Amino acid sequence: MNKAVERLYNGFIKENPTFVLMLGMCPTLAVTTSAVNGLGMGLTTMVVLAMSNLFISLLRKIIPNRVRIPAFIVIIASFVTIVQLLLEAYLPFLNKALGMYIPLIVVNCIILGRAEAYAYSNPPIPSLFDGIGMGLGFSFALTCIGAVRELLGAGKLFGAAVLPDSYVPIRIFTQAPGAFFVLAVLVALQNFVKTKRKKAGKPYEKIGSGCSEDCMNCSEKGCTKRFYDADATEKESKVPAIKTVEEKGSDELDVLDLEEEENK
Amino acid sequence: MSELFKVSSNPHIRSKVTTNGIMLAVIIALMPATGFGIYNFGPRALAVIMVTIGSTVLTEFLFGLYRKKMTITDLSAVVTGLLLALNLPVTIPLWMAALGGVFAILVVKMLFGGLGQNFMNPALAARCFLLISFPTAMTAFECDAYTGATPLAALKAGEQVNVMDMVIGRTAGTIGETSVIALIIGACILILLGIIDLRIPGSYIVTFVLFVGLFGGRGFDPAYISAQLAGGGLMLGAFFMATDYVTRPITVKGQYLFGIFLGIMTGIFRLFGPGAEGVSYAIILGNLLVPLIERITKPTAFGYEKGGRHHEK
Repeated sequence: MNKAVERLYNGFIKENPTFVLMLGMCPTLAVTTSAVNGLGMGLTTMVVLAMSNLFISLLRKIIPNRVRIPAFIVIIASFVTIVQLLLEAYLPFLNKALGMYIPLIVVNCIILGRAEAYAYSNPPIPSLFDGIGMGLGFSFALTCIGAVRELLGAGKLFGAAVLPDSYVPIRIFTQAPGAFFVLAVLVALQNFVKTKRKKAGKPYEKIGSGCSEDCMNCSEKGCTKRFYDADATEKESKVPAIKTVEEKGSDELDVLDLEEEENK
Repeated sequence: MSELFKVSSNPHIRSKVTTNGIMLAVIIALMPATGFGIYNFGPRALAVIMVTIGSTVLTEFLFGLYRKKMTITDLSAVVTGLLLALNLPVTIPLWMAALGGVFAILVVKMLFGGLGQNFMNPALAARCFLLISFPTAMTAFECDAYTGATPLAALKAGEQVNVMDMVIGRTAGTIGETSVIALIIGACILILLGIIDLRIPGSYIVTFVLFVGLFGGRGFDPAYISAQLAGGGLMLGAFFMATDYVTRPITVKGQYLFGIFLGIMTGIFRLFGPGAEGVSYAIILGNLLVPLIERITKPTAFGYEKGGRHHEK
């Protein structure tokens, strides 16, 4: 149970997919014109993420290493189709507002990233909670961005007018440039808080040695495991960490073998 | 040999030109246009100018306090505020003008590292920000208390315009763009002082004339061409904003290329775009391309082969 809570915290705060990992920028920037759209997109992604994580984790011993990416995509696409049909039936307005971005969840790099980095090498329950945590973090971020954009760009919040009529909406915030402004300011704010906490000796995250805590600019290869799993259960993670690296190596060899086989 | 030559580190030749001096010259050169704007649009124009300058200077001051590095004395914030005001219609609500000033300094200039680091002209970026945010307020042009289309909009709608009025500046438009004469006087001051040269404005205007002549649908009809030249922000943009030291290319070839690009883009925006005006978008788009332009026009150093590689035996 502890593991589940840790996964939720990890997805929501420590490795928030939008503000920290900077993944899934396309829907983040495109659909957050209002808080409802942001929340809808976030929750839709969360459902797909949790279910695909769960199933990939359940099937992780069956899926051959070599074709794992196509297998992931098939699983993810199935859930996206289910979710899209459900939305069409029960929440047509949301389906209309999100439009093309629902089918595009298939290629959302958060989902593929979590499948590859976590679900494929961890038991089902933590994987499920990892998906939920990441999904909640994504929803939270998208709702924040959507709320700020809606408030400044239309004077509303969740569709209800909150600012007086005399407020002149700053239209740029509901258009594309506004998404970049708001995302940049929110990321800057959370970095500001983090730097302050770190200076005060109260960092949010304690990541194992050898990691610069900056995945964006990290040149470490085959580290996925180490970074994503470092602080939770250090005893456990050390063994699989080495295993992952080995797997990566053997993966490359597999490719070579394949070529040789073809030559034969 | 008792006398020793004192050798100091370079630079050995120092120019007396300072940022401060350049900015002051630009302010002086803008005075004719500012004065005419106030004369043409009344005291409210003065209020708009004061508000934008106040907000840019105050923003720079507060940011300087926060970063503990005061850059307010280089007058660049005043120039930005003044240019922004000259690009606004006189009827704009004052708080919007102030917001534009904050955007210009805080977002476009200071967050990217202050003067010298801004990737596009702050005043124009702020104008475009306001234009997208408040399309109604930003295009409500008024002259002598009657609301009217700008000459360019009238021209686009196929109406006749009075070119003489446009040259003098008795037309609707933003505060500083209407009077061609006042702007040319200012441009002459800058050219005589050696602050700007004609490379960018010249290539910009010539390209624009050719483009409009070829694609404007009325050929090289002098009345049409001169109306296009005198209308809108072309003169203000070509002489005062495309020549901004920070956001123009530094290579000579690059400056010609920059001017040609601006001319073509302005022509495209004016003739084929939804609005009548295109100078501001053309210039900020050009600003974004400056690093690329500089890269392809980098002069070859002595001893190097064309393309910058060192000569190999």
